[in-house]
Amino acid sequence: MSEKPKKKPLVKVKRPMPEQDPHVRAGNFDEVALGYSAEDAIAEAERCLQCKEQNCKQGCPVEVDIPEFIAEIKEGRFAEAARVIRRKNNLPAICGRVCPQENQCEQYCLMGKKFEPVGIGRLERFVADYALQNEQPEESPARESASGSGRRVAVVGSGPAGLTCAADLARMGYQVTIFEALHKSGGVLVYGIPEFRLPKRVVQTEIDYVQSLGVEIKVNTVISKTLSVDELLDEFGFEAVFIGTGAGAPRFMRIPGENLIGVYSANEFLTRTNLMKAYLFPEYATPIRVGRRVAVVGAGNVAVDSARTALRLGAESVQIFYRRSRDEMPARLEEFLHAEEEGIEFNFLINPVRIIGDERGWVTGMECIRMTLGEPDESGRRSPVPVDGSNCEFEVDTVVIAIGQSPNPLVPRTTPGLEIGRRGTIVADEETGQTSREGVFAGGDIVTGAATVILAMGAGKKAARAIDAYLSAKY
Amino acid sequence: MYPIQVKRTLAPGVRLYEISAPLVARKAQPGQFVIVRVNETGERIPLTIADYDRKMGTITMVVQEIGFTTKTLAKMEVGDALLDFIGPLGNPSELRDSGTVVCIGGGVGCAPLYPQVRALSQKGVNVITIVGARSAEHLILTRELGRYSNQLHIATDDGSQGRKGFVTDILKDLIEQGTPIDQVIAIGPMIMMKVVTGVTKQYNLPTMISLNSLMVDGTGMCGSCRVTVGGVTKFACVDGPEFDAHQVDFDEQMKRAAVYRDQEAKALARLDCGCRNGH
Repeated sequence: MSEKPKKKPLVKVKRPMPEQDPHVRAGNFDEVALGYSAEDAIAEAERCLQCKEQNCKQGCPVEVDIPEFIAEIKEGRFAEAARVIRRKNNLPAICGRVCPQENQCEQYCLMGKKFEPVGIGRLERFVADYALQNEQPEESPARESASGSGRRVAVVGSGPAGLTCAADLARMGYQVTIFEALHKSGGVLVYGIPEFRLPKRVVQTEIDYVQSLGVEIKVNTVISKTLSVDELLDEFGFEAVFIGTGAGAPRFMRIPGENLIGVYSANEFLTRTNLMKAYLFPEYATPIRVGRRVAVVGAGNVAVDSARTALRLGAESVQIFYRRSRDEMPARLEEFLHAEEEGIEFNFLINPVRIIGDERGWVTGMECIRMTLGEPDESGRRSPVPVDGSNCEFEVDTVVIAIGQSPNPLVPRTTPGLEIGRRGTIVADEETGQTSREGVFAGGDIVTGAATVILAMGAGKKAARAIDAYLSAKY
Repeated sequence: MYPIQVKRTLAPGVRLYEISAPLVARKAQPGQFVIVRVNETGERIPLTIADYDRKMGTITMVVQEIGFTTKTLAKMEVGDALLDFIGPLGNPSELRDSGTVVCIGGGVGCAPLYPQVRALSQKGVNVITIVGARSAEHLILTRELGRYSNQLHIATDDGSQGRKGFVTDILKDLIEQGTPIDQVIAIGPMIMMKVVTGVTKQYNLPTMISLNSLMVDGTGMCGSCRVTVGGVTKFACVDGPEFDAHQVDFDEQMKRAAVYRDQEAKALARLDCGCRNGH
């Protein structure tokens, strides 16, 4: 009598991510999501159908071999899974945490057609963390080819685009130097994204890995000021330059009262807290001022990060003000839900018109106007229209403006011959990152305007390939 | 790391440092500044470049010990090194190459004024320098400034050296004596720059001032150094630090400078009680 092979029941929902309790975490900067256990990971990996189509791969800008690494997890071969990911992704512990997988790999998952998609991001994070904790760093990580044969390439900016481009070029045998303006490498990963979403030790370990590939990082070097792109090419012996300087310039609203004390750009608010560790003041010397009642303007991921940071810095109430409705909110759903659980209030269809201060110049309130949704604008979203006579005042003592960042203008302004787009971006070929200057490539937010970590990484990867092709053809 | 090559006391609570930073020294120009972080737990503060030596690869800064970081710096000695040193940042001064320029320095403001005075003099400009301080012992760099100035005037609050009074008293005299003045440059405490600007506005004299606003990155990323100039918000780090004085909202700047006064007191209390290592 033969036994029929037992078919495992289909699990329709993702294995939940263990998390810190919302009430506890609102008072600390420790990571919110705690990560899968081995048991969680194997169970989630078993949800993967290992389908022929492998559609998930088309959603990954850095082309990770997703079904292959999941198959390794299913068998409990976590180190092997990590090696599969590392073939394509130099920063998996970061991507597993901050990629918007719902718009990338998981959007294409076959399981997702009827049920919840496989938790690819959670699995990637598990594998990357496993590798960071359990693996000895490889003495000399494998190089794919030696086409670079030691030729020198400069990378400007050590954010996701720059790190990816540098790591890929190093693997091809190039001698790569990254120039970073701040005192610490990582770009937005260290100054922007908070500790509770992306612990800085995780970022540092990933950067250590990139350095182990032979990439040199020079901090405290502002390309445009300390050195120019032309000097790198003409005097310092670099044969190509990749510019990944990001979208670091804060936007303000240009409303009255914006220069009152207590009004921060999200960039400043987050940089003081994350890069400078103002949450550990006075042990760390950088101060930050968070009042009792904080208003955050905007509803993207940066706004939500700012709001949750304000709460952790001790604010009694934190409110988000967004001029459109919940449906148009650009923040990830997961982050919105996390923020709501922690007690952040969301005010939709409302926009500040004036910030009010006392005679000492400190913020005491914010005047807003109600909005309604009108016709769709060029972004396809219905555009907000003010409702006449609906003005109202909110008592707040800190305002964080998080309505977006513009490309950092320093390199574009100081590099002759570089074609600049309408909004201050560097014009570059989408597939190669080639700019209007020979030997100069660009990618990430400096080309696209503010976008995501993973898109910047994808651009860095494409540019690395194009730089290799350019230098190979030249010699 | 950026070693301290020279440390010298110029006046009570005011010290001169020469820091080894060859890449910064290679590019530095009058009017620019650096961002400094003294140690791992330190904050980033902007300091104006007082001089540079391209051959030696050094930057000179003159620092008044007023806050936590400047006091921590004061405890460092030759041979110690600053952890981070970034620059040269901001725009170089746009200096005239003819006519008469009145250069006014107040307190440590005389330090960043010095390379401008020297450059103006070397271009052949008639330089009239006015320096001011609380008392004789607080005057700095008068000899160096005198060397490159066609006239050097001194004012002290208590009259212990030069004229008893303010720099503006001397400026007003110069104007009323009919001295032809093409431009005024004023660098010093905000209140001094505001008062100078009040005078030059009356006489319609073009005036440049240099702001030393609070900054974090110094490269246009944070907006901490916002200043209203001619009704428009500018960033002192990338749009300045020098601005047309007649357009600057000084009252707003003075208010903004007070934002962390409470925290600063807290940090200083820790420093003074010795429960924190300055290095």
